[in-house]
Amino acid sequence: MTRVHDMGGRHGDGAVIPEPQGMVPVGANWQRSALALTLAAGGLGAWSIDTSRHAREKLSPKDYARFSYYEKWIAALADLLAEAGLVTEAELSAGTASAAAPHPKLFTADKVAPALARGTPYTRASDIDPAFAPGDRVRTRLPARNAFVPGGHTRLPAYAAGQTGTVILTHGAHVFPDTNAHRMGECPEPLYTVAFAAADLWGVAEAEGDEVTLDLWQSYLEPA
Amino acid sequence: MPHDDHDHPHSLLPPEPALRVKALESILVAKGLVDPAAMAAILDTYETKVGPHLGAKVVARAWADPAFRALLLTDTNAAMTRMGIGGRQGEHVVAVENTAQTHNMVVCTLCSCYPWPLLGIPPAWYKSDAYRARAVREPRKVLAEFGVTLPEGRSVRVWDSTAEVRYLVIPMRPDGTDGMDEAALTTLVTRDSMIGTGLAEAPQ
Repeated sequence: MTRVHDMGGRHGDGAVIPEPQGMVPVGANWQRSALALTLAAGGLGAWSIDTSRHAREKLSPKDYARFSYYEKWIAALADLLAEAGLVTEAELSAGTASAAAPHPKLFTADKVAPALARGTPYTRASDIDPAFAPGDRVRTRLPARNAFVPGGHTRLPAYAAGQTGTVILTHGAHVFPDTNAHRMGECPEPLYTVAFAAADLWGVAEAEGDEVTLDLWQSYLEPA
Repeated sequence: MPHDDHDHPHSLLPPEPALRVKALESILVAKGLVDPAAMAAILDTYETKVGPHLGAKVVARAWADPAFRALLLTDTNAAMTRMGIGGRQGEHVVAVENTAQTHNMVVCTLCSCYPWPLLGIPPAWYKSDAYRARAVREPRKVLAEFGVTLPEGRSVRVWDSTAEVRYLVIPMRPDGTDGMDEAALTTLVTRDSMIGTGLAEAPQ
């Protein structure tokens, strides 16, 4: 049911290692290239953020665990490019390609600042009326799963499946990742922030009153 | 349908990370799919321009200006726009304020969602399996690893960013800062205090 990326609540990972405050160095030159290459190729508009997240998630558990952060990015990028028909397996094997004319949607340097400043808003008009309001008690889907594609992308983590919580924020309708990741349309629906008692999620909380919130789409939820 | 075969196209690239990236870059540049000048512009943005100094300005203004604080808490993006801050991975931001009753802390258990226009690129620990796995289940133990112990009676609310909403923690304003101006206050706002794994620094 779950994939390797869905690790919230998992035991056994060891300590978190803090690092100096301030701006974060990207890292070695290959890491810098991995970051820039991924964002520049994303600028072609050939896939959405949901599709690219799913490309990282569907790396094999073995690769996901052994790859560092930017290695995951690069592996997913190669897979996305092949899936979109933008590079061939022969080119990936050779590590080179014949020169071609610039793609009509090439993300050129002049587009960088405006695109980063604009971002990609995910709110949409929707004909689905909100079913819940702040204060409402809701229960999440059990098991956590994509209702359309077996093993497909979803943003309900396994640790929060089948749990009862309280709506605390409404965000209007947002693009629905479960369809959008699979190129099945944006299908926007109402999005909520739901607060869960830590004691409900984990059996015991570190302290009474501690909570975890998640951002959840309407179709993940039913009245409780 | 997701491809669950284990011969993913990426496995055709060389095994060593630096060579993998180099090979992919050569292919994309040759085919006119990536502009090297755009890559340089992207790096320049996140290596020299966008970082936690921007989030710190927002927090310091919220501390200094009650009207701005009110706007930041009700319409965070409108407040950010007023300061010329916004964009990719910060399209839908919600500012959450630490109080004597509640300490807020942000994580993305499913990947590593982070408010880039306010804080820049995320630190390695934020993207680590350990943080993603543990922040939701034992936030107080994680806080202790950052040297933070909360006073008795303060509850913890951990925000797992599962959608495109990004969270900015407004840390509590430290004691002894009454006479300080906005620029001086900015220096007390650390990156980690805006994620919730740290507190704002005490004035010197």
